[in-house]
Amino acid sequence: MASITMTINGTTVTTEPGTTILEAAQSAGIHIPTLCHHPALPPVGACRVCLVEAEGSGKLLTSCTTPAAEGMSVRTHSPRVLEARRFVVEMILLRHPLDCFSCPSNGNCELQDIAYELGIEESSFAEEGDTCRDHPLEEDNPYFVRDLNKCILCGRCIRACDSLARYHAVDFHNRGIHTMVHPPADRTLEESDCTFCGQCVQLCPVGALAEKPSRGRGRPWELHPVTTVCPYCGVGCELEIQVNSKTGRIANVTSDYGSPTSLNRGRTCVKGRFAWQFVHSGERLTTPLVRRDGELREASWEEALETAAAGLQRIKSDHGPDSLGFFSSARCTNEENYLMQRLAREVVGTNNIDHCAHL
Amino acid sequence: MPTYQRQVLICGGTGCVASGSLELQEALKDRLEACGLTDRVLVLQTGCHGICEAGPIVVIHPEGTVYTEVRPEDAAEIVEEHLRRGRHVERLMQRDIHSFYAGQMRLTLQNCGRIDPERIEEYIAYDGYQGLANALFSMTPEEVVEQVALSGLRGRGGGGFPTGKKWEFCARAGGGKKYVICNADEGDPGAFMDRSLLEGDPNAILEGMAIGAYAMGADEGYIYCRTEYPLAVERLHTAIAQAEEYGLLGDNIMGTDFSFHVHIKEGAGAFVCGEETALMASIEGKRGTPRPRPPFPADSGLWGKPTNINNVETWGQIPQIILKGGDWYNAVGTERSRGTKVFALTGKVNNTGLVEVPMGITLREIIFDIGGGIRKGKGFKAVQIGGPSGGCLTEEHLDLPVSYESLSEAGAIMGSGGLVVMDDETCIVDVARFFLEFTQAESCGKCPPCREGTKKMLDILNRITEGEGSPEDIDTLERLAYQIRETSLCGLGQTAPNPVLTTLRYFRDEYMAHIEEKRCPAGVCQALTGYSIDPDRCVGCTKCAQVCPVQAIQGERGTPHSIDRETCIQCGACVKACPVQAISRS
Ligand SMILES: Cc1cc2nc3c(=O)[nH]c(=O)nc-3n(C[C@H](O)[C@H](O)[C@H](O)COP(=O)(O)O)c2cc1C
Ligand code: SF4
Ligand code: SF4
Ligand code: SF4
Ligand code: SF4
Ligand code: SF4
Ligand code: FES
Ligand code: FES
Repeated sequence: MASITMTINGTTVTTEPGTTILEAAQSAGIHIPTLCHHPALPPVGACRVCLVEAEGSGKLLTSCTTPAAEGMSVRTHSPRVLEARRFVVEMILLRHPLDCFSCPSNGNCELQDIAYELGIEESSFAEEGDTCRDHPLEEDNPYFVRDLNKCILCGRCIRACDSLARYHAVDFHNRGIHTMVHPPADRTLEESDCTFCGQCVQLCPVGALAEKPSRGRGRPWELHPVTTVCPYCGVGCELEIQVNSKTGRIANVTSDYGSPTSLNRGRTCVKGRFAWQFVHSGERLTTPLVRRDGELREASWEEALETAAAGLQRIKSDHGPDSLGFFSSARCTNEENYLMQRLAREVVGTNNIDHCAHL
Repeated sequence: MPTYQRQVLICGGTGCVASGSLELQEALKDRLEACGLTDRVLVLQTGCHGICEAGPIVVIHPEGTVYTEVRPEDAAEIVEEHLRRGRHVERLMQRDIHSFYAGQMRLTLQNCGRIDPERIEEYIAYDGYQGLANALFSMTPEEVVEQVALSGLRGRGGGGFPTGKKWEFCARAGGGKKYVICNADEGDPGAFMDRSLLEGDPNAILEGMAIGAYAMGADEGYIYCRTEYPLAVERLHTAIAQAEEYGLLGDNIMGTDFSFHVHIKEGAGAFVCGEETALMASIEGKRGTPRPRPPFPADSGLWGKPTNINNVETWGQIPQIILKGGDWYNAVGTERSRGTKVFALTGKVNNTGLVEVPMGITLREIIFDIGGGIRKGKGFKAVQIGGPSGGCLTEEHLDLPVSYESLSEAGAIMGSGGLVVMDDETCIVDVARFFLEFTQAESCGKCPPCREGTKKMLDILNRITEGEGSPEDIDTLERLAYQIRETSLCGLGQTAPNPVLTTLRYFRDEYMAHIEEKRCPAGVCQALTGYSIDPDRCVGCTKCAQVCPVQAIQGERGTPHSIDRETCIQCGACVKACPVQAISRS
C-alpha cells in the first residue's frame, strides 16, 4: 500500500498505513507523553494523556489509538492540547498520594515524568481528604506488593495479564470513583489464577505494583541492565539483570518487550523474574568440595575432577558401564545437556541418561 | 368462529400492569363468562397508550370509548352497563384525555394501544411487514438506503446522526459478515419511550431491523435490551417466534434468498452500556466499557465485523418510511429535524406520560397543551431535556421550536427524549447535583476526566447545597465542566457537565444565593432551611415545646419561644401545634 504523508507540528512526516499518530510522531522524533499505552500492549485510549489536535476534527484525538491518515495535520503541543493534557494529569493526581520520596518507583515512574514535563507539582483541584488511603497494602505473596492507593487505573496490568501472560487473573471492578483492579469475585491475588509471573509489575507505569525482592536494593538510576539468558529452564528466556552499580549486586530482574533477539519477547515466568536471590546466597558453593575420610573438604578443580573421573572409572571397570547412571538438569542449557549424554554414551558407554525435565 | 360485537382493549403496558390491569382483565373475563358474553365480546391486551398515569386504561370498540383509572371492582359495571345495555359508564370517563392526544402525531406509536402486541396477525392486519415485502420484492438495497436518507430521519438514541448516512457507511463496508443491532438499553432516568414501543409494537422493531439488514447486507441482528424490561423481552421473544413461523424472519424470508436471524441479549442495566462501543463489548461478553472511535462500528463493530447500530425508536420508524416513502416522512418537522419524536413527559406536569409530537412543536405546547400545565397550579420553573446528558431550559425557551439545532444552541440536547418539568418549588442546584450523582455512579471509570472529574463536581455541588460553598467553587465547577467535556473518552463524560453548565448559565443567582446568603430560594436544601418562630406572633403557650421530639424549643411560658436549629430535625410537628401560626419554614 502507498505510504501516508501528514504533517505533525508543521513538519512533514511519511509513515505506513496502519500506524497510529503516536507512532508516526515517535518515528519523527516528536515526543507525545503517554500513560495507559505501552508498545507491547493493545492500545485502549483510556488515560487521555496523549490527546492531540487534528485540523478539521472538532474533538481532540488520542494519538495512541487514532490511525494516521493521508493529509492529516496534527498539533501535539498547541495551547488547547496542553491545557487538556494538564487537566487530565491533574485529574489523575487528584487522589494519587505524593509519596515519591519513599516510593519504589521513584525515578522510574511515568506519572512523575509527565507531571515534571508539564510543570505540575500537585493537582490544583485537590482538597484535603482527596488522597486515596483506603486500600490496605496487599503483600501476602513473596513476589510483589500491590498498593491500590497508587493505582491510576491505566489497565496496563490487566492487558499484560490478558495478552502477554494470558491468565486473565485481574480485571476492573466496580464503576465510577469506586473502580479498581482486582481478581474475580472477592478472591485475593493469591487465591486467583495469578502465577506471579510479574509481567504486570514491570508494565505498571507507577508504584502500584512493585517487586518485593528488590526493596531497598537500589534506586532505578543506580542500576544498569545486563542482558542474559535465564538459567532456569530450557525455554531460554532473555532477561535483563538489573545490577546496582554501587554494590555490584543484583537489584531486580526485568525483560525487554522490544528485544529483537529474544524468543520470549519480554515474557517470563515467576522463576526467571523473582528467583534470583540464590546468586548472592552465602550458602552457595564457590569452590569444589571433595569428601575425604567422610568429611567434605575444599579442593582445587583438578583435584575434584580427577577424583570424580577416577571414581567413575573404578565403578565402570569393577561393575560394568551400566552400573552407572547420569542425571542432567533442566537448569543446564541444551548444549550442556547434549554434552552430558555424549559423556554417558561415548565416554562411559551407557544409555543410562536422564533429565529432570522441569523445575 | 364467533362474530364479536365488541372488542375490549385492556392496556398491558408496564404502567397499567403496575396499577392492576391484569387483575382487571381477569375480573372482566370472569364477569363475561358469568353473563355468557364470551362469544360476543373479545378481550384483548394492548401496549401502552402513553397516559399511564390515568391507567389502567380500557378502550371499547366499535364506540372507541376510553375508560381511565379502571379498577377490578369496576368490571361488573362495565359489563352490565356498557356491554349489555350499551350505556357509557360516565363515572370512568371523567378525565380529560382529549387535550393529551390533540397536539400529538402518533406515527411511531401508531400501533401502541391499538393492537395486541402478542399476536403478529394484528400487526400484519395494519400493514405490518408490508414495508419489508416492498423492500424485498421491488427495491434494491441501495434504493432502501436512499429512501431512508431522503426521509431525513436522524438517530433517536441521542446523537441525532442522519440514519441514511450511517446505513450508507455500513452498506459500503466490505462484504462478508455484518450485523445490525437495536439499542434498547434505555438507561436515562425517567425515560420509557423504548420500553413502551417494544412492549406495544415489537414487530415494528423487528421489521425495521429486517429492512435494515437487507439494505446493508447483514444476516444477523441483536437486540440489546435491559433486563429490567422483562415484559419487553418476553414480547420480543413471542414476536420473533411468530415471525419465524410465518417466514418473516429466519432463513429465506418470504421465499427469497434473504435470511435474517435476530437474537436478544439482556443487559444488566448499566447506563454506559447504552453507548454503542460499550454495548458491543457487552454483547461479546466483555466488561461494558466504551472504546475510542475510530474504528467506527460501520467498519469494525461487533466481533470486528461491520455493524450498524440504531435506537429502538429509529428502527421503529423504518417500516412506515419504506411503506409510505421517504418524502412522506420528510414532509413533517423542521428543515434539519424531520419527522416526529417520542418524549417521556415527567415531573411536575399534570399529564405525565409518553407523547409523540412533530419536530418543530414548541416546549410550551408540549408542557402546557399536551401536558396540561404545572401541577397544583404552581409556576413553571425549568425543564430538563435530554436526561443526564441534557440541559435545563427556562421560561425564555418555552417558545423554542423543538429541533436538534435549536436545543443544542440553547445548551441542551434532544437526547433520547426525557422531559422533566420542574415547578417553582424545585431547587436548581439540587437538580444539577442529582444528575451528577447519577453520572458519577454510572461512569465506567475508564478515563480520568469522567471518573475523577465528575466526582469532584459532585463534591462541590454537595458542598454548595450544604451551605459550605464558596464563590470560587463556581469557577472551579466551570473549569471542570469545560475540560471534562473536552477530554473524556465517551459521550457519558463529554455530556455529564451539561446539567451544571446550563443551570449555571440560566440560574446563576440561585447558586449565588446558596453560596453567599446560605439560602435555598426553593426551600429544598435541608441544611439551608429551617423552622423559626416569629417573636411578634408567639404568645408563649409552650405547645410547640411540648411536641418537639428532640427538645429543640426553649422559652419561658408567656414569653416568645425560639428554635435551636442545630438540634431541630425539621419534623414540622411544632408548626401544627402552634395555635397562632407563629412557626414557619424558611
Ligand atoms: C452514555 C451513553 C448512553 C447511551 N445510551 C443509549 C441508549 O440507552 N439507547 C440508545 O439508543 N442510544 C444510547 N446512546 C447512543 C448510542 O451510543 C448510539 O449513538 C445510538 O444507539 C445510535 O442509534 P441512533 O443513530 O439510532 O440514535 C448512548 C450514548 C452514550 C454516550
Ligand atoms: S507512583 Fe510515581 S508519582 Fe506515585 S508516589 Fe510513586 S513515584 Fe510518585
Ligand atoms: S503476575 Fe502475571 S499472572 Fe499474575 S496478574 Fe500479573 S501478569 Fe497476571
Ligand atoms: S496497578 Fe499499575 S498497571 Fe495496573 S491499572 Fe494500576 S497503575 Fe495501571
Ligand atoms: S524459567 Fe521462566 S523465565 Fe526462565 S527461561 Fe524458563 S520460562 Fe523463561
Ligand atoms: S467518559 Fe466516563 S463512561 Fe466514558 S469511557 Fe470515560 S469514564 Fe467511561
Ligand atoms: S496513552 Fe493514549 S490514551 Fe493513554
Ligand atoms: S401502560 Fe397503559 S397507558 Fe402506559
